[in-house]
Amino acid sequence: MADLRVNFAGIKAPNPFWLASAPPTNSGYQVQRAFEAGWGGAVWKTLGDPVINTSSRFAAMHFNGQRVAGFNNIELITDRPLEVNLKEIYETKKRFPNHAVIASLMVEPKQEKWHEIVKKVEAAGVDGLELNFGCPHGMAERGMGAASGQVPELVEKQTRWAKEAANTPVIVKLTPNITDITATAWAAVQGGADAISMINTINSLAGVDLDSWNTVPHVAGKGAHGGYCGPAVKPIALNMVAECARNPEINIPISGIGGISNWKDAAEFILMGAGSVQVCTAAMHHGFSIVEDMIDGLNNYLDDKQLASVKELIGRTVPRYSDWGNLDLNYKIVADINTDTCINCNKCHIACEDTAHQCIDMLTSPDGNKYLQVRTEDCVGCNLCSIVCPVDGAIDMIEIPNGPPMTWNERQAAIKQPIA
Amino acid sequence: MHMNRMKDRSVSLTDLTKNFLEMEPDLTAKEAMDEANRCLYCYDAPCITACPTSINIPSFIKKIASGNLKGSAKVIMDANPVGASCARVCPTEELCEGACVLNDASQPIMIGNLQRHAANWAIHNNAQLFKAGARNGKSVAIIGGGPAGLSSARELARLGFDVTIFEAKDKAGGLDTHGIVSFRLPQRVSMWEVEQVESLGVMIRTNTIVGRDIGPEEILTAYDAVVLAIGMASVPPLGIEGETARGVYDAIEFVESTKTPPMDTHLTGKKVVVIGAGNTAIDAATCSVRLGAADVKMLYRRTEAEMTAYEFEYEFAKQEGVEFRWLTQPIGIIQDEEGAVKGVKCLQMELGAADESGRRRPIPVEGSEFTIEADAVIRAIGQARYVKLIEAFGLTHKWGTVKVDLNTYQTSNAKVYAAGDVIFGDGQGDAMVVTAAEQGKQTAYSIYKQLVGLGMVQTS
Repeated sequence: MADLRVNFAGIKAPNPFWLASAPPTNSGYQVQRAFEAGWGGAVWKTLGDPVINTSSRFAAMHFNGQRVAGFNNIELITDRPLEVNLKEIYETKKRFPNHAVIASLMVEPKQEKWHEIVKKVEAAGVDGLELNFGCPHGMAERGMGAASGQVPELVEKQTRWAKEAANTPVIVKLTPNITDITATAWAAVQGGADAISMINTINSLAGVDLDSWNTVPHVAGKGAHGGYCGPAVKPIALNMVAECARNPEINIPISGIGGISNWKDAAEFILMGAGSVQVCTAAMHHGFSIVEDMIDGLNNYLDDKQLASVKELIGRTVPRYSDWGNLDLNYKIVADINTDTCINCNKCHIACEDTAHQCIDMLTSPDGNKYLQVRTEDCVGCNLCSIVCPVDGAIDMIEIPNGPPMTWNERQAAIKQPIA
Repeated sequence: MHMNRMKDRSVSLTDLTKNFLEMEPDLTAKEAMDEANRCLYCYDAPCITACPTSINIPSFIKKIASGNLKGSAKVIMDANPVGASCARVCPTEELCEGACVLNDASQPIMIGNLQRHAANWAIHNNAQLFKAGARNGKSVAIIGGGPAGLSSARELARLGFDVTIFEAKDKAGGLDTHGIVSFRLPQRVSMWEVEQVESLGVMIRTNTIVGRDIGPEEILTAYDAVVLAIGMASVPPLGIEGETARGVYDAIEFVESTKTPPMDTHLTGKKVVVIGAGNTAIDAATCSVRLGAADVKMLYRRTEAEMTAYEFEYEFAKQEGVEFRWLTQPIGIIQDEEGAVKGVKCLQMELGAADESGRRRPIPVEGSEFTIEADAVIRAIGQARYVKLIEAFGLTHKWGTVKVDLNTYQTSNAKVYAAGDVIFGDGQGDAMVVTAAEQGKQTAYSIYKQLVGLGMVQTS
């Protein structure tokens, strides 16, 4: 049994699996149920001046019969009075003193507003604060959420205001609706943030109803953009976490958020530099019990890797993430089709033939059996065939010797060298 | 047929009609969607090659997954004018599903059931999937409105021919309408296919027997081409004593009597002996079970290994409680004083050397005579041929199997084409509905080529 405990920027939790600030953390009842199920922490649904939410709020992207490949919402922050939330935070913390309860906050970009709310929630006993600079819909129209999160100066300034009043660690939650997330992450660092978390949801419209021509979702026939999350956003989130993690000037812990559905997703974020992970969509899809396999799976994985604690996993892949210019141009892999495992669906052939490099031949052996073969000399090692192959182990991408390493940057430098 | 999908296997003795309702349930919308999404959408898919009518199976399955059921039904019916029936009667394990690449990785796609799902959509929505082509001024007579005849007619009509089908029975559809057990293929499915063909302007003259109501000469003169799709005839006599006894049935006629209510109740609780071990014999046996017979035995002079019924049919019959008596040769039917069947006199056989068909020849065991009690005997030893009609058209044949050029489907009379069971046998083709459908299509294209002569066949 590996040690799953985390100390994230000073916030201690029994495991790195936290519920993100979202509908699952709307009330004390829900957060306490989550802790009973095994979640290590919870970021309370964003507190601020109570709002009015619309009816019809969520929509999802389904893919080839699978429900919820992506999830879209137009729900705003908490619509319950602040006092009620604070009372429930207090009760929850009292019942679960060793679990992390973090308050997500969003107020107008004014110093006194930040001071006021920070003091109030800290008095309720939270372990940390998460500044919501990411919510992309509704609140942004009022100058909050993503509207402030998209302007680095506002991120820095508001972080500083929160820090001025805070005694607990301050996490800044970043919006992905920006060209370069390291710019706002760096602003958070400048503002004194103890940690950053990412990503908040991505601007989205889930769909259009082909019968009514309404947007999905719609409110009385009218739609507005929402925020996208769920499995489909994982690669976007993972890159943003990784970009921050490898940036030497962003040297504070990162809480990874975005499409994490199981222990494998979580482990990937941790390898990419996340010190904790936050989950919402998967819990909304299946309920709180999913955390059981997240804990169990991560434990078994760490045991397999002979790592004593989850801390030892954090950031292990970060040094392997770089710029394209540092990739070895001489590294060569080619596809190799294992005819024993191949089921002859020919998907690799047609993918290669129509959309890649025309190097997989459909052949017939002298005894009449059909088989597929890669013309290695024409294969560029793009991986497409192995991606579309439905059977594990039927296509291997194998490395072939191809000269000493040479990156683009090295090559350009070599060209510039004066001839001696 | 997917045995594990049949939830209710019970036989009602009070409402026999119930026993003949389609046995395997339709896929639910969710089952169909899940299954359609499981299809890999192979390139150059082996299921297409394995289908005698070359239905673009990945295409119709993808269309189910995308919610384009009309398009899906059209892909199916385009390649196979009796595709709704074939979805139910094709030996898919031996054809498309047997070829599915997922056999090696998990479970093959339920192609037959998905085909049925899409075809059902077209049936329930009464979709008109095709239209007749611009008239080309030529006319074709089709003799026989079974799968081959309908298939030929549908394609000819799309190619602009004026088509008349001469159908001996009161309804077209051939075996699909009359001869395939209802619990596998309800008559309304076949009748929908008939209506689809009629809706293209094809004239179907039912209750019209060629050779009785209209002569071959008249047809040959009146039409530019003739398609002979007359199938096969009734079950030949066993050639044993007592065959005319009351209670001896022809398997084809017997199954036909179960296609439309009311059901005959007189086999309820009785002992039935079926002679033969082909697919029709199994149909007769399982129909007997579903008519409430208490005891159904199939007699076959060879063994399990030589029987011609499909594996899944044999399996189904066993599950229905049919008893198989191998190496049993009937030599006479015993009757009571009133001329009704009382039993079957049999000989025990043993297998000797292989005969010209490659199967081991059964030889009687001396002194092994014994009797099996029976209230009814069903003959299911194959089907005779309409030799007289074939000869009336002056066509070359061998034991009733009409000789055709397999490239053009032309018979010895270049004006007469033939398709379906009438050309099955003597090394020609298969006796499947789907084969008949394909041959029917091919006669249409061949006629088009001969009479209109434009290179590419384009249908609308």
